[in-house]
Amino acid sequence: MSDKLNTNKPWEPRIIAFFCNWCTYTAADLAGTARMVYAPNARVIRIMCSGRLDPQFILTALREGADGVLIGGCHPGDCHYQEGNYKALRRFTLLKRLLNEMGIEPERVRMEWIAASEGDRVQKVMNEMTEHIRKLGPLHLEPKAAAMAAHGAGAARQGAPV
Amino acid sequence: MSKPKVGFYWCAACGGCEEAIVDLNEDILKVVDAVDIVFWPVALDFKKEDVEKMQDKEMAVCFVNGAVRSSEQGEMAKLLRKKAGVLIAFGSCSHMGGIPGLANFTTKEAILENSYSQTPSTVNPEKTLPQESFKVKEGTLTLPSLWKTVKTLDQVVDVDYYLPGCPPPVDLINKALGAILEGKLPAKGTVLAPDKALCQDCPRKESKPEKLAIKEFKRPHEILIETDKCLLAQGLLCLGAVTRSGCGSVCINGNMPCTGCLGPTSHVIDYGAKALSSIASLVGSNDEAEIAAILDKIADPGGTFFRYSLPASLLHRTYQPAKEGGK
Repeated sequence: MSDKLNTNKPWEPRIIAFFCNWCTYTAADLAGTARMVYAPNARVIRIMCSGRLDPQFILTALREGADGVLIGGCHPGDCHYQEGNYKALRRFTLLKRLLNEMGIEPERVRMEWIAASEGDRVQKVMNEMTEHIRKLGPLHLEPKAAAMAAHGAGAARQGAPV
Repeated sequence: MSKPKVGFYWCAACGGCEEAIVDLNEDILKVVDAVDIVFWPVALDFKKEDVEKMQDKEMAVCFVNGAVRSSEQGEMAKLLRKKAGVLIAFGSCSHMGGIPGLANFTTKEAILENSYSQTPSTVNPEKTLPQESFKVKEGTLTLPSLWKTVKTLDQVVDVDYYLPGCPPPVDLINKALGAILEGKLPAKGTVLAPDKALCQDCPRKESKPEKLAIKEFKRPHEILIETDKCLLAQGLLCLGAVTRSGCGSVCINGNMPCTGCLGPTSHVIDYGAKALSSIASLVGSNDEAEIAAILDKIADPGGTFFRYSLPASLLHRTYQPAKEGGK
């Protein structure tokens, strides 16, 4: 992220939010049209379903400079694709354990079920998450290691989509 | 015409990769007929000076196995890169960090403390640790330094090809040697193995249920493993779905689950994250508490999913917050 290069600014939490198209992203849209004010620290990426969220995306976000990752999906039972959010929940549960083993506070990654009508919940969760990450402080994964990982096993293979 | 020159070298490795070359059996005679082995510390008496004396790229091909985790290994990797036309990362350790790469779960200090003080068979009341240099009457003795972080070969030098596996299967070695001798090598950066998942070639493929829902993960010693049924369907943590094929399903045929030594296919950036994703999604529950309880049986997710690939992963090692100041 380009603002990382600007060292004069005081640190602000950088959050990547992955919101599902059918519920949480629509809720964020609603929060916007209702002109709700909330912390501007999250960059929202729309995905079709929280079940599309590959744990690689979360690790890449942390590697590339995010201090936290927020995942928003439909409430249990409400998934547009029947059970994508359950798959997301299973992966999320295991990923948090991995992060703990890797010495990264698992709370840096948070998952919330937010329905399309819950614009106020987007506002609340965004504010809470920003404050929580502020308390945890920045995540400084070595940028040099980032370069190595990008060229390391996996990414340098022929035709590997990076 | 003189024969092409070939070298073999090992860095942080167990020796199994060298064994794999010897496992070529009679085929190694064909190799010796076709090439001149000019460097192979394990088997032949050539020294570093012999390599230094070579012209740049004088060696047609050099196979390097083992992860890189010391100043000596880093130096040798750089030297061999310079002297070899084609540099091949041989085996899981140089490909992805391998078993030595698990050291990235801890720190250099903790490793030294454990090895030189905590192990039950060690008596070291003065807590003497290896020194990198030590003055004696005759001069200064030096030892290579241990790096803080274990690296893959391609994190240290430019690598042309990868021969995956722990150790690489003889069949893949033979095919790679064939391709080299015929000058039919694929695009640079290729992993010299099929680019598909092991499940596709699995002899038990037919017994894999349409939908897997694992209610309880089991470890191989806890059950009598059926010999003809999909291992995942038996609750065993088999990583065949995310692992590259090419091993001939040796572990599966030995009635053991795949642990992922051939690494990912070309479509995956981070093997461990993908393996974690694949296994977690098979958990047979939609209830938060029950999911957590089922996953409790995976005692060490990091060591399980990143068994061979921690240094090559996106996180690379455990997080060590930067010293005061930072960015």
